[in-house]
Amino acid sequence: MSGAPLWTTVAVMGPLVAGIVALAGGRRALQSGLVLGSASSLAAAWGLAHTIMDEGVVRHLLGGWGRPLGIELYVDGLAAVMISVTAVVGSVVSWYSSAYFGDVADLRESPAARGARFFAPLWLFLWSAMNGIYVSGDMFNLYVMMEVLGLSAAAIVTLAVTRKATLAGMRYLFISLAGSMLFLLGVALLYAEYGTLSLEELAAMNPGGATAGWALSAMTVGLLAKTALFPLHSWLPPAHAGAPAPGSAILSALVVKASFYVIVRLWMHVFGYGLPAAEAEGALLILGTLGGIAIIWGSLLALRQVSLKRLIAYSTVAQIGYLFVMFPLLAELAPGADPDAWNLNAWNGGIYHLIAHALAKAAMFLAAGSMTYAVADDAIESISGVAHRLPMSFLAFGLGGLSLAGIPPSAGYVSKWLLLNAALESGQWFWAGLIALGGLLTLAYVLMVGRYAVQIRHSPEPFRTVPRRMEWAAITLAVLTVALGLRAVEPLALLSIGGARPWP
Amino acid sequence: MPLLTGFAEWETLPLLVVLSSFAPGVVIMFLREDQRGLRTTLNMIGATLKLLLVGLMLTGVAAGIEYRWAMTVLPGLELVLIGDALALLFVTLSAVLWMVTTIYAIGYLEGSPNRTRFFGFFSLCVTATTGVAMAGDLFTFVIFYEALTWTTYPLVVHRGSEAAIRAGRLYLIYTLTAGALLIVGAVGLYASAGTLEFVAGGAIDPQLVHENPGRYLIIFFLLLGGVGVKAALFPVHGWLPVAMVAPAPVSALLHAVAVVKAGAFGVIRLLHSVFGIELATEMGVAAVVAAGAAFTIVYGSLRALTQDDLKRRLAFSTVSQLSYITLGAALLLPLAHIGGLVHLVHQGLMKITLFFCAGILAETISVKRVSEMGGVGRRLPLTMIAFTVAALGMIGLPPIAGFVSKWHLGLGGIESGAEWIIPVLLASSLLNAAYFLPILRTAWFDPQNAEWNAAERESWLEADWRLLWPALITAGIALGSGLFANTAWSPLGWTRLIVYGGGL
Repeated sequence: MSGAPLWTTVAVMGPLVAGIVALAGGRRALQSGLVLGSASSLAAAWGLAHTIMDEGVVRHLLGGWGRPLGIELYVDGLAAVMISVTAVVGSVVSWYSSAYFGDVADLRESPAARGARFFAPLWLFLWSAMNGIYVSGDMFNLYVMMEVLGLSAAAIVTLAVTRKATLAGMRYLFISLAGSMLFLLGVALLYAEYGTLSLEELAAMNPGGATAGWALSAMTVGLLAKTALFPLHSWLPPAHAGAPAPGSAILSALVVKASFYVIVRLWMHVFGYGLPAAEAEGALLILGTLGGIAIIWGSLLALRQVSLKRLIAYSTVAQIGYLFVMFPLLAELAPGADPDAWNLNAWNGGIYHLIAHALAKAAMFLAAGSMTYAVADDAIESISGVAHRLPMSFLAFGLGGLSLAGIPPSAGYVSKWLLLNAALESGQWFWAGLIALGGLLTLAYVLMVGRYAVQIRHSPEPFRTVPRRMEWAAITLAVLTVALGLRAVEPLALLSIGGARPWP
Repeated sequence: MPLLTGFAEWETLPLLVVLSSFAPGVVIMFLREDQRGLRTTLNMIGATLKLLLVGLMLTGVAAGIEYRWAMTVLPGLELVLIGDALALLFVTLSAVLWMVTTIYAIGYLEGSPNRTRFFGFFSLCVTATTGVAMAGDLFTFVIFYEALTWTTYPLVVHRGSEAAIRAGRLYLIYTLTAGALLIVGAVGLYASAGTLEFVAGGAIDPQLVHENPGRYLIIFFLLLGGVGVKAALFPVHGWLPVAMVAPAPVSALLHAVAVVKAGAFGVIRLLHSVFGIELATEMGVAAVVAAGAAFTIVYGSLRALTQDDLKRRLAFSTVSQLSYITLGAALLLPLAHIGGLVHLVHQGLMKITLFFCAGILAETISVKRVSEMGGVGRRLPLTMIAFTVAALGMIGLPPIAGFVSKWHLGLGGIESGAEWIIPVLLASSLLNAAYFLPILRTAWFDPQNAEWNAAERESWLEADWRLLWPALITAGIALGSGLFANTAWSPLGWTRLIVYGGGL
């Protein structure tokens, strides 16, 4: 008997139940919710990874209802990787958040209490929705989960009770809803044409032609808006910078990856064969070009920021670009490679970059949260000298930043290596140059923060003591990014199940 | 000694050599500033352990064992540490010099702030250097080479002054750009030739180069740009003279043990273990490297002539002397290779002595300029004897080590049909004399011409023993390496083992 149905249920229902527990509101309820959510997600990730390693791709119809009515689950290596990354980063962020909101005395009244009171339930619902997206095998299910995700993510942004954060949260909500509408439009078009919502059934029909093209375009634009790819990125920095630190970490590290995951599913698996080759290659090139512009533009804007969290948020805009640089590289095959598969190095590199960015960006936002917590200000200038007071947080920030820049040994180095390899084995020096240049720009803004942080502070201002747990949480993630740079074999083996090839 | 031979055959010895400085480094980072005794103990245990392990490996290699430890990072790519004769040449140098530099640094930094950070990074820096030395392929080499940049940076900016921060920034700009070139070159090589392994005599199939010469030229120059910066080849040497603002033990480390040696070693690996000297000569790139090195030799010496700041003069001297190594490696036949390789060790011994002495002058009587050195020989006779030995060695006077290098380089140049090397060597030796002899004359024969802050000795010893002994020891080894050059265990003897044993 396969453990897959159990573990998929745990992955989605665990955080959901935990969220309901946390809604009860007391301090103990919040803590138990976070513990339950983390434990169930970690267990589900572990269980799913093992099941898939043993049995290959898992398909399951929830409750035994057949197509087209039932909820269809599909878990391959990519889904398992996403669930695992979410579980690890999510658990560490939960641990951090319990200290971050720990000093709020009264959970009912003050404005500060809003974060302390509602962060945990919102985040746990969000977690459940993300896991739901990763295990979904049909379009409608994806749509529903994305709506839950969008609503709870926007609500997290508004937890910091400032006018700016509220506006940013509203904007995020609108973008997210508009994106969902476009996605739903695509789903409707596809259903009208092919009469199925199942991803696999659709893939088997080799969707092509005008309707499929329009549907895919609508869904892609909607998803790009949610993923904040240039030029649809401008909602991201205020939203990610406005949220409380653990919220920023989740939004930047995990949430944008969920809609990216759906794009990958659609383009690489479902529509992989159907679209006429020339058009498909053109579209992939457009995605890659937008990604390339995002790398440069996001990094340049990051260099101009005066607020630490906005700098990190712009860095996310840039790093999302790398995810899309994967697309044109996927279509270019190395001499002698399997013509029916995508370029394996590009596939591995792109997804590994996703993992690397999730860990590094979460570490950076958590560390930045600790630093701004200590000086009670978010300006880069005001963290001057903080490296001497919070060396561990500074180290976590630095290791995360260096990983993003692709400095070895780190997960970011491995992913850059693979992407560069994909570019160079098909002789595309342009993409190689872009990838390297992006790394140097990343270093520039990471070092800019470092320069302030290591300054010797002349006027000693009051430092708020930072709970040890917050420092340890950030450093845990940073050490993980280094470890994944020394050992990429297991994650890539998991990722290979289901494979880097279009579904038949 | 069966037990000892048992250990000497241990495959993991290379890993242990790396860990012997990594572990103390990490532990030291977590110590408190006032835990001085523990810090010193850890440092000395690490340095002693490393020397013992290296000694074991030396006996093993002399008995014909080839050490290899590997861990798979990516499918097809391993982190490989090897212990062959060539790797051990560099490892032994850094292990011996690390020991003396640690003692020197403990004395030099007595009572100054941030020593925990200093000694932590100091150990990590040596860890990276040993990794560079024992890297078994280019993938591993890149990882440690980049790690070296980041572990050295905190040492360069250790003082935190404006000048130090500026020097650090310049250092990073040079080395990080070089790092990007190196990584792109390495990936390009992997994507083209399919291997990154270091193989004596060259790893690349010449047939591949003949099919696509332009591609391999690009790859070669990308890699050369990567290693050339740390090897301080003209025109990318500019960071080295500026970085001499760092404390004397750091300068010693930069100039003799770690950074520039990693660069020079990289050039050797590039020419001999990646392309192979025959292929490189055929491609014409070896001639380019040789010409660049010859120019740098003369240029560095010319610049050294006009420097009044003692450390700055020594720094330009390093620029010049390093290129002897590069020049030797870039010529075709074995005698020149012997000259280049042995100079890797000899230059290290002599230059570290000179920097130790410059540090003693600055610390004990605060003399920092050549023009202030009048009569220092009477106040600090032992120091100046060590200085004199090293300076005469640099000029190439027998029987000191530098003579042995230059002799083999000259013979090797003639043997390889590059007679033009003789005038270069002569000019350089004359220039060396022109900038070193005036220092010696001033120090020994001129009257005191500057204010000394400790005109009288405080004890029977002219300076702190922890500063003086290291300088005397390294000067003694430099003299001994020249006197006993013809024995098997001298640097020359070991180099012959490498070159004639087919290890290059």
